[in-house]
Amino acid sequence: MLEHVISSTILSGIMIFNVINLAALHTWLERKQSAVMQDRIGANRAHIGPFRLLGLFHPLADAIKMFFKEDFVPPSGHRVLHTLAPFLSMVFALITFAAIPFGDVLRIGDMEIGLQPANLNIGVLYILAMLSMVVYGVVLAGYSSNNNYAFLGGLRASAQMISYEVTLGLTIMGLVMIYGTLNLQEMIRWQGRLLFGFLPAWGVFMQPLGFLLFLAAGIAETKRIPYDIPEAESEIIGYFTEYSGMKFGMYFFTDYVETILLACMSTALFFGGWQVPFLRSGGFHWGGTLVLGLPHLLVTLMQIGSFTAKVLAFCWFFMLIRWTLPRFRYDQLMKVGWKMMLPLSLANLLATAVILVMVGN
Amino acid sequence: MPVTTKVVKQPNMSFMVRIYFPAIFQGLALTGWHFFRNLTLHILHKFDLFKDVPAAVTYQYPEEKRPLAPRLRSRHRLTKRSNGSPRCVACMMCETVCPAHCIYIVADEHPDPNIEKRPKRFDIDLGICVYCGFCVEACPEDAIRMDTQILDIAAYSREGMYLTMDDLLNPENHGAIVLRDPKRPQPASQ
Repeated sequence: MLEHVISSTILSGIMIFNVINLAALHTWLERKQSAVMQDRIGANRAHIGPFRLLGLFHPLADAIKMFFKEDFVPPSGHRVLHTLAPFLSMVFALITFAAIPFGDVLRIGDMEIGLQPANLNIGVLYILAMLSMVVYGVVLAGYSSNNNYAFLGGLRASAQMISYEVTLGLTIMGLVMIYGTLNLQEMIRWQGRLLFGFLPAWGVFMQPLGFLLFLAAGIAETKRIPYDIPEAESEIIGYFTEYSGMKFGMYFFTDYVETILLACMSTALFFGGWQVPFLRSGGFHWGGTLVLGLPHLLVTLMQIGSFTAKVLAFCWFFMLIRWTLPRFRYDQLMKVGWKMMLPLSLANLLATAVILVMVGN
Repeated sequence: MPVTTKVVKQPNMSFMVRIYFPAIFQGLALTGWHFFRNLTLHILHKFDLFKDVPAAVTYQYPEEKRPLAPRLRSRHRLTKRSNGSPRCVACMMCETVCPAHCIYIVADEHPDPNIEKRPKRFDIDLGICVYCGFCVEACPEDAIRMDTQILDIAAYSREGMYLTMDDLLNPENHGAIVLRDPKRPQPASQ
């Protein structure tokens, strides 16, 4: 029991450490990647001594700035809720990572540690539930600020979440039907199979349409361009209009944490999680025979590396999308959500069910 | 008066346009191509390769100046004779033609009897100057030019923008102007 507590604490620590640092790095990635995409150089002036490190000190400078800014609560706002809202947003975004497995079972001696902060057998439901809770922080921010623009932002956020979470849930249901489980670790294990003997049975090959819909709905969940309707700096300033200092920083951060979460979910559900093609416990296999034997620790490290690489690739891809597309108009957002994506995801679900019955599982 | 209305026809969008995906992939292909091209070039530049292909259009300003057109009107300078004295003969043409009245000249007798006059003071208030270049065109002696290519003109006070003949004759030490003492002598003639 004690061992279990200790290993869970360490695993959650690793997860939170990595997620928060990756989120901080996202501010750097955002500046630099957008710059490279737009033929610019990007922020590179913050320095410690003679070292500039490609502008890697800018997140640090940002954090210092945010900590020392005035913490402002509007006089007519609700002080308690106004303070609580960013924490709600942040906490629910972070605890969602508990269900994300970043590796298979690690064996040290006779101890077996599942590389996942919490092995929940309803992992997918847990993630969806926590993801919906994030919007509470946003809506509360709009409500407690007592500011029309912030309130509009909160309303838009709730409308957007309701529209897109339906699609998000339905696309995942297609996968649940194929994998036959809600446990993320089991889902990833299932994806270790091979299709036609050579193609890894990743979710993206089983559900290509579902993957596209999942991506679109997922980006809507992160509230970033092209779905940054709740924020929309150029129309309304957004739900965090009345926030300053680190409380604003937490909203800023939550967006990045959600992006990473979406990257983790896309990896786990559609890109085989920690699976490396043809790599199973013991080494690389081809056609049922062991081609290259590898020690257990190396295999586990390769699997963790595979998961990390996929997540980073997704983070890069979301950044590419964010700096390519313009913002949807509100009516377009609703039209795409309810008239395009929902019917498509339902059709996808139906087609999956029919095929599953015909194949006979 | 009858109300006039204008019927705006909604564009008839095909299914492919309405699902947005083709356009999105086009956009992603374009920005992705720029990303990988520029990233590769940035890395190659670190190894001193393909330096002539720019990876970014940015000029890193204080260290790296943008090339300027040779005819660009920049900060003024007074040209010199071979003996180092100013070419200016204090004919007041530039002061007369200046639409902003930013040139102040005080004339003086020249020691050389072949030259009628010389400027005792030749001041330009850059805070007023509109960089029209009329002074250069009006000058019969080619004594004033605007070819220093100095654009970063800044001062902590209005007085700091005030250039004397010394500054105008020696544009190369222009960096000193920025931090000049604001308690300078005021313009001689207003």
